[in-house]
Amino acid sequence: MAVIVGHLGQFASGLVLTVEVTLLSLAAGLLLAVPVALLREARHPALWIPAYGYTFYFRGTPLLVQLFLCYYGAGQFRDQLEAAGLWVWFREPYFCALLTLALNTGAYTAEIFRGGIRGVPRGEIEAARACGMSGILLYRRIVLPKAFRLALPAYSNEVVFLLQSTSLVSIITLMDLTGVARVLIARTFMVYEIFIFIGALYLALTYFVLWVFRCVEWRLSAHMRQAPEA
Amino acid sequence: MRGILTFACAAALGLAALTFGPGEAGAQQMKKVKIGTEGAYAPFNFIDANKQLQGFDVEIAKALCAAAKYDCEFVVQDWDGIIPGLVAKKYDAIIASMSITEERKKVVDFTERYYKTPARFVRKSGSKIEITDAGLKGKKVGVQRATIHENFLNDKYAKIVEVRSYATQDEANLDMVSGRIDLLLADSVVLSEGFLKTAQGKGFEFVGPDFVDQKWFGDGAGIAVRKGDKDLREALNKAIRQIRTDGTYKKINDKYFTFDAYGK
Repeated sequence: MAVIVGHLGQFASGLVLTVEVTLLSLAAGLLLAVPVALLREARHPALWIPAYGYTFYFRGTPLLVQLFLCYYGAGQFRDQLEAAGLWVWFREPYFCALLTLALNTGAYTAEIFRGGIRGVPRGEIEAARACGMSGILLYRRIVLPKAFRLALPAYSNEVVFLLQSTSLVSIITLMDLTGVARVLIARTFMVYEIFIFIGALYLALTYFVLWVFRCVEWRLSAHMRQAPEA
Repeated sequence: MRGILTFACAAALGLAALTFGPGEAGAQQMKKVKIGTEGAYAPFNFIDANKQLQGFDVEIAKALCAAAKYDCEFVVQDWDGIIPGLVAKKYDAIIASMSITEERKKVVDFTERYYKTPARFVRKSGSKIEITDAGLKGKKVGVQRATIHENFLNDKYAKIVEVRSYATQDEANLDMVSGRIDLLLADSVVLSEGFLKTAQGKGFEFVGPDFVDQKWFGDGAGIAVRKGDKDLREALNKAIRQIRTDGTYKKINDKYFTFDAYGK
């Protein structure tokens, strides 16, 4: 217990990094996921094949391998990356962690959204078309809002998975919550105490995320609840 | 029903423990001892192209087992879990270049040392980084996680340098080559044999003094056993003395080093 109290500052900085990496890669992944989901639904092969290849790779390989590839793999191609002006980015473990996590969660989120888009009832689309909507307007007003609502429960899972996946970034030298824990364990050998403590922190974060999603879902489903009796 | 089943299992396990308890089996044949090592710390312990464990630690371990008449089996375990693994009885002793330090002594018992080498920094040749507070300012230093070198850096230089901790020394070396970090800090022999003398380590050099402060670097590398495992510790101590005197140690030493790794 004294160990945990004595290093609260380090745990706090680890927690900040964990939350930061989660939020940033989540935002980037989300921005990426919407266009990829739409491309996946496109009819022209030049559109859906690249999107399919992307989700196929990132969902089909372990995140740990992707992290190693981005970090140590990039290290081997320093000269080429330097020539392309990209080395300043790839030399930072923080950038590699964000890039890999964003691409990874982007692929999963794209598939979740695609499911959402597929789930929009045909009748609603036909009704919209009957009103004269087409193309972008149809997607913006009818398909996407409905798809988001349908995808939300699955997406909340993805957010939780991502939060927990960030524990892997300590392997490329980042001092996130897990990284801090491992350094402290190395000094104190209090494996159970420290891992149980950070486990509890992850648990609290996870339930906070789930609570936020429950609030959002509650708001978005107002039309499905019975009106309160006057 | 569930309760009865649990009870039956517990009873069966208890019976098995009675029948196959330690000591009884050892009386007839050589005592089995499991040795934990890392396998990623050349030239002390590493896995060669044929997936065999090799290195100074491994050969010393085999010699010690022969001297103590133990039937030894190696278990490979990642470094930062190597002490928890010992405590959890995944193996009985750690022979993996583990330095004898006060912090570790709180958790495990150590034999006498079987070698002692100083720690040093490595820089890129011509990078002109000096090992002074001013020279180290803002530099990124790579070090292996959960090592005495990491503790030393964090205690002495955490405010000056940026410490990057790696799971294995190999990964730290990789990042040194790719230029992500400016310096490496590790055992001098590991750096010279496992890095500087390899093709990878061309263009890098030692810089700064030998670090041997007892507070961080302890009393050299010893063999860790579980707390209170006195029999094993004493047997290994005897074996260390025996291979030092009968020339086995020197034979292994000379295969790897041009100096006596046992130190003074």
